[in-house]
Amino acid sequence: MEIANIVDKCAGTVSEVTIGATKDEGGTRGKVVTVGGANSIPFMDFDGSPGHKPAIAMDVYDVAPEEWPEPLLKHYADVVNSPADWAKKCAEYGADLICLKLDGIHPDKGNRSADETVSTVKSILEAVDLPLIIWGCENDERDNEIMPKVSEAAKGERCLLGGATQENYKTITAVSLADGHNLITQAPVDINIGKQINILVTDLGFPTDRIVMFQTTGALGYGIEYCYSIHERGRIAALSGDQQMATPVICDVGHEAWRAKEAKASDEEAPQWGSFADRGIMWEAITATTLIQSGVDIIRMNHPESVSIVKKHIENLT
Amino acid sequence: MALTGLEIFKLLPKTNCKKCGRATCLAFAMQLAQKKAELKDCPDVSEEAKGILGAASAPPIKLVSIGSGDKQIGIGEENVLFRHDEKFYNPTGVAVTLSDDLDDAAFTEKLNKINGLKFTRVGTEIEIDLVALLNNSGDASKFADRAKQVSENTHLSLILESKSAENMKAAVETCADKKPLIFGANSDNWEAMAAIAKEMSCPMSISASTLEELADMTEKIKEAGVTDIVLNQVSENTKEILQGLTKIRRAALKKAFRQLGYPAITYMPSYEPAQEVASASVFIAKYAGIVMVNACEPWQIMPLLTVRQNIYTDPQKPVQVEPKLYEVGQVNENSPVLFTTNFSLTYYTVEGEVEASRIPAYILAVGTEGTSVLTAYSGDKLNEDVIAKAMADTKVEEKVSHKKLIVPGLVAILSAKIQEKTKWEALVGPKEASGLPTYLKSTWN
Repeated sequence: MEIANIVDKCAGTVSEVTIGATKDEGGTRGKVVTVGGANSIPFMDFDGSPGHKPAIAMDVYDVAPEEWPEPLLKHYADVVNSPADWAKKCAEYGADLICLKLDGIHPDKGNRSADETVSTVKSILEAVDLPLIIWGCENDERDNEIMPKVSEAAKGERCLLGGATQENYKTITAVSLADGHNLITQAPVDINIGKQINILVTDLGFPTDRIVMFQTTGALGYGIEYCYSIHERGRIAALSGDQQMATPVICDVGHEAWRAKEAKASDEEAPQWGSFADRGIMWEAITATTLIQSGVDIIRMNHPESVSIVKKHIENLT
Repeated sequence: MALTGLEIFKLLPKTNCKKCGRATCLAFAMQLAQKKAELKDCPDVSEEAKGILGAASAPPIKLVSIGSGDKQIGIGEENVLFRHDEKFYNPTGVAVTLSDDLDDAAFTEKLNKINGLKFTRVGTEIEIDLVALLNNSGDASKFADRAKQVSENTHLSLILESKSAENMKAAVETCADKKPLIFGANSDNWEAMAAIAKEMSCPMSISASTLEELADMTEKIKEAGVTDIVLNQVSENTKEILQGLTKIRRAALKKAFRQLGYPAITYMPSYEPAQEVASASVFIAKYAGIVMVNACEPWQIMPLLTVRQNIYTDPQKPVQVEPKLYEVGQVNENSPVLFTTNFSLTYYTVEGEVEASRIPAYILAVGTEGTSVLTAYSGDKLNEDVIAKAMADTKVEEKVSHKKLIVPGLVAILSAKIQEKTKWEALVGPKEASGLPTYLKSTWN
């Protein structure tokens, strides 16, 4: 029996954003990563092109993380004080991109200086040839002081810089524009603010095809359904032709998943939840696989095993 | 396809008798179209109209019940493709497999393990729904014995898997009152399987590798007298199944394609556990009625049950906790008192961080109709009066010997007013719950 025709052709296409620049393009990266390009909801290639497959960015912090549980920390214990070595390890673990998160510039977490931060960025650029995401600490004053220096130091590398918020977007937008970087626009699980911030930065002359949206991530069991539906609504708006929503989306899975009780509670604390060694890995992986269905293009992750599960899963879907 | 109000109006008596409680037949028709009224409210409707309207108003995806008693599940009867458009109604059943060829000790051990796959999250117990008994032995009496053993030793519902109709009949006969799902019908054996389903009044699945075949088969099975059908697209490829589930849901909802208007079950037996669980998580989010997995470790099943719990919450209705004073850890009269709202996500985030700090504390969940701190504040559902009342209602002043209240950093602006109203000292806490461990360890101490 012939099946009713259920193909859903979409009017809009998510823009393609390329992160990283090779020598020929004025940078020093060995490879570049292009994300976006979807003209269908995720993996429905009978509707249209599902675009580039989701890319995995692995996190490197400028200061050693304080709260990581042992099953995660053990894979990085020897490198947490050396971002460059940490980045190398991520490259070995199969990262498509490195996400350098600058928590250490926050006044409460070390208040690291611009000079220190610039040298961290340079050390990573030398250590690995993967494209780089560089994300501030969400303290407006410190971000506005440090990110321009970081941006300048990485000029030509076509990084992805974050994040522009509704309250604080001018500085980072201006430097990203001047230094040829891509930009993360950030909203608090709010589709209207997400659109608004995209309008604000494009009004400053920032090109839409260099924007990646971040809607603040909730882990599995900790509000994932809110960002799942925000992503889904945003993607459907983009596919219906809303230009301001037609940008790729990044989500922060690793950090959120490893904060969950389910990933952190030891065998003694939660015997009924099963193996501590395996539990967090699965929590992170399933947070990622679920969000992938909502329409995300870059996934920030931490555990090497979760990364390999998710990469294999993505292969199974493409 | 759903009928419009005017199309329905043409089928009504047009007497404006008001017996249905509406002023006119047209008003009643409009409400029928919007599913705000039921046809049985009209005492004079003709049999012909009943037939037409009944068929048109049947749900596009049939509700299929499996099991009996407390753990009976209903799957199907969904209205939307995206949860934000309305909500997903009937949570995906999670089934864990058990092979009939395990030796007695291993069989009992695994069954006990499956029976124990339940967890408490955000104050709710979440649990798997079904044991799927696999006829790997190929033996009828063994399968029947094991079916009987499972049905007598589990509170869960059952799926019986066998491609042999003879074996299936033997097994179903031992536990027909439990209404197991008969799983194993395909284009070769469907007639015999349908006969068992009909005789025993049990639901059955139908397996085929393409949707076209599935659509053909459901028609035949329906003609044979069975309508509680579950679709199983046989594939070893995640993408193929995901696309199949999507096509089935779209065909049923957007095209009223009745032949595929049934819930679906997924099973990918050859996948390694991590990939099996990853695929199952996706199928829960995207339209499976049942996911059947071989994985049975708590750390593999808990994420699946959590995906289901999250995706099937009502997006229009914030999940709330009871507004009251919660104790975290071994509190005493010197323990800190924090307040937050009764939006469950907010509350459990705060609770999680307080737990992480290992400093026992009282958390006052102020009733704000389940809105977050900032939303409640801007909607005037969180102000000094509401907070003072919550403090009085919960008699917090009898619980501690100090008068210090930790205010969420996001509403620091309320501090002075709270202080004035309650005569408690208002301490401004961190803006994000993640700052609480540091705050409690340093500032509070």
